[in-house]
Amino acid sequence: MNETEFSLLNILIAVIGGAIRVGTPFLFVSLGECLTERSGRINLGLEGTLMMGAMTGYGASYLSGSPWLGVMAAGMTGVILGGVHALLCQQQKVNDIAVGIALMLLGTGLAFFLGKPLIQPTAAHLPSLHLGSWSDSPVIQAALDINVLFVIGVLLAPAMAWFFRYSRWGLYVRTVGESADAARAMGLNVNRVRMYSTMAGGFLAGVGGSFLSLYYPGGWSEGLSSGQGLMAVALVIFARWNPVYCLYASLLFGAAATLGPTLQSIGMTWGYYLFHAAPYVLTLIIMITTSSSTRLLSGMPGQLSNVK
Amino acid sequence: MMRSFEPIVIPIAALLVSLLMFGIFITAAGADALGVFESMYRGAFGTWFSWQNTLVRAAPLMLTALCTALPARIGLIIIGGEGAVVVGGMTAALTGIVLTHASPIVVLTAMAFMGMTTGGLWIAAISALRHYRGVNETISSLLLNYIAIAIMNFLVFGPLRDPETLNKPSTYHIGEANMLTEMGSTSIHWGFGLGVIACVALWVLMRHTPFGFAVDIAGGNVRAAKLSGLPVTRLMIITSLLAGAAAGLAGMIEVAAVHGRANSSLNANYGYEGILVAFIARHNPLAIIPVAILFGGIRASSGLLQRDHDLPDASSLVLQGIIFIVILASETLYGRFSWLRAKEKTA
Amino acid sequence: MKKYNGNGLVDNKRRTLLKGAAALGVATALGGLLPSKAWAKKKVGMGFIYVGPRDDYGYNQSHYEGKSSLAKLDWVKAVDQENVPETIEVQKAMESMINLDGVQVLFPTSFGYFDPHILKIAPKYPDVMFLHCGGLWDASKHPKNVGSYFGYIDEAVYVAGIVAGHTSKTGKLGFIAAMPIPQVLRNINNFTLAARSVNPKITTTVVFTGGWSLPVKEAEAANSLIDQGIDVLTCHVDSPKVVIETAEKRGIYSCGYHTNQAVLAPKGFLTGAQWNWSKVYQDYAEMISKGTKIPNLVRGGFKEGLVTSSPYGKAVSAKAKEQADKVRSSFMSGSMVVYKGPIKDNTGRVVIAAGKEYKQTDVWLESMDWLAEGVIGSTKG
Repeated sequence: MNETEFSLLNILIAVIGGAIRVGTPFLFVSLGECLTERSGRINLGLEGTLMMGAMTGYGASYLSGSPWLGVMAAGMTGVILGGVHALLCQQQKVNDIAVGIALMLLGTGLAFFLGKPLIQPTAAHLPSLHLGSWSDSPVIQAALDINVLFVIGVLLAPAMAWFFRYSRWGLYVRTVGESADAARAMGLNVNRVRMYSTMAGGFLAGVGGSFLSLYYPGGWSEGLSSGQGLMAVALVIFARWNPVYCLYASLLFGAAATLGPTLQSIGMTWGYYLFHAAPYVLTLIIMITTSSSTRLLSGMPGQLSNVK
Repeated sequence: MMRSFEPIVIPIAALLVSLLMFGIFITAAGADALGVFESMYRGAFGTWFSWQNTLVRAAPLMLTALCTALPARIGLIIIGGEGAVVVGGMTAALTGIVLTHASPIVVLTAMAFMGMTTGGLWIAAISALRHYRGVNETISSLLLNYIAIAIMNFLVFGPLRDPETLNKPSTYHIGEANMLTEMGSTSIHWGFGLGVIACVALWVLMRHTPFGFAVDIAGGNVRAAKLSGLPVTRLMIITSLLAGAAAGLAGMIEVAAVHGRANSSLNANYGYEGILVAFIARHNPLAIIPVAILFGGIRASSGLLQRDHDLPDASSLVLQGIIFIVILASETLYGRFSWLRAKEKTA
Repeated sequence: MKKYNGNGLVDNKRRTLLKGAAALGVATALGGLLPSKAWAKKKVGMGFIYVGPRDDYGYNQSHYEGKSSLAKLDWVKAVDQENVPETIEVQKAMESMINLDGVQVLFPTSFGYFDPHILKIAPKYPDVMFLHCGGLWDASKHPKNVGSYFGYIDEAVYVAGIVAGHTSKTGKLGFIAAMPIPQVLRNINNFTLAARSVNPKITTTVVFTGGWSLPVKEAEAANSLIDQGIDVLTCHVDSPKVVIETAEKRGIYSCGYHTNQAVLAPKGFLTGAQWNWSKVYQDYAEMISKGTKIPNLVRGGFKEGLVTSSPYGKAVSAKAKEQADKVRSSFMSGSMVVYKGPIKDNTGRVVIAAGKEYKQTDVWLESMDWLAEGVIGSTKG
């Protein structure tokens, strides 16, 4: 560490910047999963949706030249996969976790299969907002180079919280998630509400995938996802099914994931293999300390308890 | 009493439908579907070599499938087979290294015992967390997979590294004499035999003993099981121990029959593929055997699809995904075809 | 498209004299152990196995390009398989190529395929040649039908280091590496030693990602390094695409690896170390056709044409080009020795005493477990 002069502030800013970059796909997938779970279903297939979103988003951006068309294409792919999930789950005796695992496999497989010709080409990437241009420090400039999708995600989290709380449709979703019987008594079509929720959740997960291929790390490759889609399901649980907490959880997880590389880059060289496990250990510890066997988790939709 | 034909007819029909769908998919992708099926058959079951190739790939899948199937019978969805394979393989390798000069049978027994114990405890911890802390077992088992892999990498690159393993860091070798051999004159290692034995033994336990009966009751309705005085907690822990032991044994076999050392190749996705096998076999230990062989065959023929038909490696993932989805969708058909049950009724 | 007769590929269209000669050559090259029946009809089957996708812009693609260059030889039938893990899968992939495709020469290209997988399968098929990329064939330990080949790519990395040393303004270089294994450490050391030969104050910061293909971690490592003020970045991972693109996006310089990545960074790309497997595979094919005995060990650098430098980018100064070209020609002539004492490691220990030197071919270098002075990083995970 002889000549590496570093200021604590710079590291902090770098970690925050990393948290935003790494956390954004988690944010979108966990918001999508949050919506789906609030309606009473778990969709483990979002990992497959994420990969399909990343692939179609990249492909659409490459073919059309517009990254935003890519984002839309990714979202629509997510809608289709969400629809398949919902359609299968509403059949009798079909377990939603199993369907999720199947869609994860199929989504990943299809993305790898159809994405072969997309590994080489370079597609138009999403633009970012240079919020750090006031500063001379390249570190701050880089950290505040924030993608528009992140901004949308940040606005979406409280908007979704508001939606659950105050809107009529939000009430439907919550009711269906709390008690299907009560919802039926109110005259709601339980399957339809769940289908829309899963499709909308799929849309968000698909958009999260497009962030991976169209912004960060950028490009399409088979190693693009390191389980973000699965981890987002865990994040929803420790975010207590609250969209705003999903935002915090995603950022925290993103920060934990950037800690390893950041510490190495300033010369902290010991134990990087263990640091790679930090996000997972952190999540597990939080889950263990905040769960309880005697009461249901606060915020947990009642209909999830039978699959919990 | 005649058994219902449903558990045979429906999966076979679903399998045929999946193949048809896969055929349409690859035709759309520009491949010659009939040729592809011919290659798949040739690569998986067409020759004695292909059969051996298929069976040897089925070996770890049988054991990792048990890791998901057993807990599922009591209502726990555990996807932690990968982690149990890794920790089981790791401790088995350590045991083999420590005992390397003992007689091979002692070494192998000790390795299997240690691998099964750590694998078992690993999964039992997941269900204990679920029971005592209410931690969702699906998520905690997933997290523990990543943690197991990180621990293994740390050990293999650090304290346990054999300095002779230059560009692929690994632990020391357990000793050539201690390797698990192949069955007879085949090229199929004993992992296959052990997998079949484990599936059959656990099938007997689950289907023909009071223990298995109690597990099924607890899996059907926990509250009713508790009311009727069943020790649900103990059943959960024991089932998870057995499940983890199966995956731990898979890890031990990878070390003892294939690598001779523990290294990052233990993390070969057998745990994840086992989840599919378990669900398609509907968590029935006996049905796991043919399903694992089928999946072994799909993997075995994947190379031929690449070489003969220029299809990407992911085609086998697509096929597996289609099979899985169609099988799940077919779940809803059970009990709908009265003619398939005719004999049962008249009996 | 293709027809099989059970033990070899049949070509029923064109039978040239050359092919006959070639096939005869194989029979001799492989020790005459193959059955002699109908030899003139057969093509030479060559099988390639990659550990990752064949179009990864990196290591696997470099081999795929090498394999593709054989297409012009109509008496060679080359098959390949991608994404084959270093488990029993590779054993079965090799056997499947031998049994079902009649392959006679195998090229398993990932380091981890060697021990135990090739060593286990090779004795079963004494008439098939197993040529492994990266391993060190040892006559006293390994079967005769096994061989290995590898390029001293660290020579090209050294040249890149010279260019990096000339280009860097901050004096801080960054290296994103998969894991601390000898091949990787040697590249890091070469890069650093070269840069420090230009400017002794230069440091190289290393980040190990822990895996060969982890795009998100690679991008994060690149950003962290750039945040710490490094201005030239290079890497040793399977696919350098993300690293090079991130460097370009952040406006710093980069050096490529495995294949030519110049198009990914039109502004900041300096040069890079590239494999030239086409040369290796065509040479092997040539040997087979001429009936020369295939050597068990093929290694080489610039001189043998196994590695090359990517063309210089526009950011490279004339002075840098001049020195880099000079260093390359001294590698060509064999006069260049990188590991010439005194060399200290980054803990201050003298690893190579003054007056002692290790030539490029020295086996001692193949077990490198230290980082040279000026590298910020640690080999201990």
